[in-house]
Amino acid sequence: MTLEAKQVSFSINDQRILHEVSIHIKEKQFVGLIGPNGSGKSTLLKNMYRLLKPENGIILLNEQDILKQSSKAIAKNLAVVSQETPVLFDFTVHDLVSMGRTPHKKLLELDQEQDFRIVKDALRQTGICHLEKRSFSSLSGGEKKRVMVARALAQQAQVLILDEPTNHLDIQHQLQLMDLIQTLHLTVVAALHDLNIAAMYCDQIYVLQHGRIVCYGAPEEVLTPALLQKVFGVYADIQTHALTGKPYLTYVPEQFTKNIRDRAGAVNVR
Amino acid sequence: MNKKFIFFSLILVLVLIISMTFAVMVGSVSVTPLYVWKVILSKLPFIQSFIEPDWSRSQEIIIWQIRVPRVILAAIVGAGLAIAGAAIQALVRNSIADPYILGISSGAAVGATSVIILGAFSFLGIYALSVSAFLGSLLAIVLVFFLSRVGGRISIFRLLLAGMAVSFILTAVSNFILMMAKQEGALKAVMFWMLGSLAGAKWTNIIVPAIVLFVVLIVLWLYYRNLNLLLLGEEAAVTLGVNLQQFRIQLVLLVSLLTGVLVAVSGSIGFVGLIIPHIVRLIVGSNYKYVIPISALLGGIFLVWADAVARIIIAPQEMPIGIITAFCGGPFFIWLLRRNNYSFGEGD
Repeated sequence: MTLEAKQVSFSINDQRILHEVSIHIKEKQFVGLIGPNGSGKSTLLKNMYRLLKPENGIILLNEQDILKQSSKAIAKNLAVVSQETPVLFDFTVHDLVSMGRTPHKKLLELDQEQDFRIVKDALRQTGICHLEKRSFSSLSGGEKKRVMVARALAQQAQVLILDEPTNHLDIQHQLQLMDLIQTLHLTVVAALHDLNIAAMYCDQIYVLQHGRIVCYGAPEEVLTPALLQKVFGVYADIQTHALTGKPYLTYVPEQFTKNIRDRAGAVNVR
Repeated sequence: MNKKFIFFSLILVLVLIISMTFAVMVGSVSVTPLYVWKVILSKLPFIQSFIEPDWSRSQEIIIWQIRVPRVILAAIVGAGLAIAGAAIQALVRNSIADPYILGISSGAAVGATSVIILGAFSFLGIYALSVSAFLGSLLAIVLVFFLSRVGGRISIFRLLLAGMAVSFILTAVSNFILMMAKQEGALKAVMFWMLGSLAGAKWTNIIVPAIVLFVVLIVLWLYYRNLNLLLLGEEAAVTLGVNLQQFRIQLVLLVSLLTGVLVAVSGSIGFVGLIIPHIVRLIVGSNYKYVIPISALLGGIFLVWADAVARIIIAPQEMPIGIITAFCGGPFFIWLLRRNNYSFGEGD
């Protein structure tokens, strides 16, 4: 299944947030969306999962306009782990993850053996079986995040949208989560803040700045010192990591870059 | 949970039946539970042939014509207000909402005052009060509904504000009518109606509320998944396949229909729709699969008792039931507030 945004524009109170943004996620591809705060990553994703309606342009899920399909039909194919997890009323972890089964259930249908199995699997995959009976509001931020991921997995969709999935997670769970998502072989688009994680897991990276795509391609093509300087305003030393074979970034604080710049008279640090 | 839930519901059904029997027993003339059930069973087809009528005609009238319909109405109104409250709390994602938050009771009050004081709809006879109260609530909800729609979408925030604004205006209208009234007694009659009473219960006027309650209860229960998702928030609801706009509209209409019908026959009985869902969440958690049926049962039980108290506490006069529900509900609510481990839906 593929997911595509075509020339999507979006404004809030006459403030343009997205300018004709186009991105294309091919079948089973892992696409990362990077960019500084306020660059429009979440807004783009929200347009893609129908929470917001594009002003111009269309979103295609498997070549079909998402606005022309029922919410339920889309929810069967597209699962979302959003940034916020504001659960006001108290549910158990099991109840919350079970809600991922909603789009697959008919009105009079109760949860079947199969649903319980899927929920159990999702809990196991995200490593939260031991939390099953706990109340959601008693969990830590990272545990809540994993519950939300488990709910999305229980949805058994072919396409996954993740808005900063590694937020709140400790380093072990960041890697576990990203590994898990990679092994699921789904069509994935994720807004990511950690560029090393983006470099390690993404097939393609799109870079957003001021609501425009400024660059896209494979991680090693996109993640260059010049781009990081231009988009994020930081100096970074980029090496190919010996073990992973992926670009590895070390951000260099200004006090060090100053010396280098003075010595070399160059802007880019290599 | 499932076995526990069934067990718990059965206990509540039993408690409800016992409470209703008790409520039929008490009053100016007390009757034994044996007679209560004998009279009731003697009215049922097939069974009646086994019952030997050994009670007086007046006993039969008291039990069958006066008390039984009244107790049934109490259960219907209690159950209805409780599930309406639970549903509205999910709709606006706020646990301080009650079924009257959309202006329904103030609309009904306009209808009631115009009947009691201005004598409107007099051609409808004894049904004038119910009909005009229902029309009043209909007026209120239509106003609120259209005020809260922007570009075909219902905004929850606007819905709440429109509900408040319409309430204020309609309350002003009924207060105006009241102030202009010449009759002394009318004031008390309106007051009595506003505080709620089940004294008007008859077999003929419990049929519509019973049917509406049944339908709304079933529909809400069937849609428990969507109600749960509403509680989680807009984002969760949309991404898990709820057609949010459509569902919100359906919910507003269902809850308004139910509340309007109940208010029409019983006045605006407060507190039930607010506290019962809280108590239920305390017992069974937030899952609406359990919240809806348990709210109905607990609401029914609560109002049957409240009405029994209302009848006997200052007998031979009757206390408006709204005073009883608030007196029992208020302290309980404060106790709930003081408990540290009960979340009122503000998250952590």
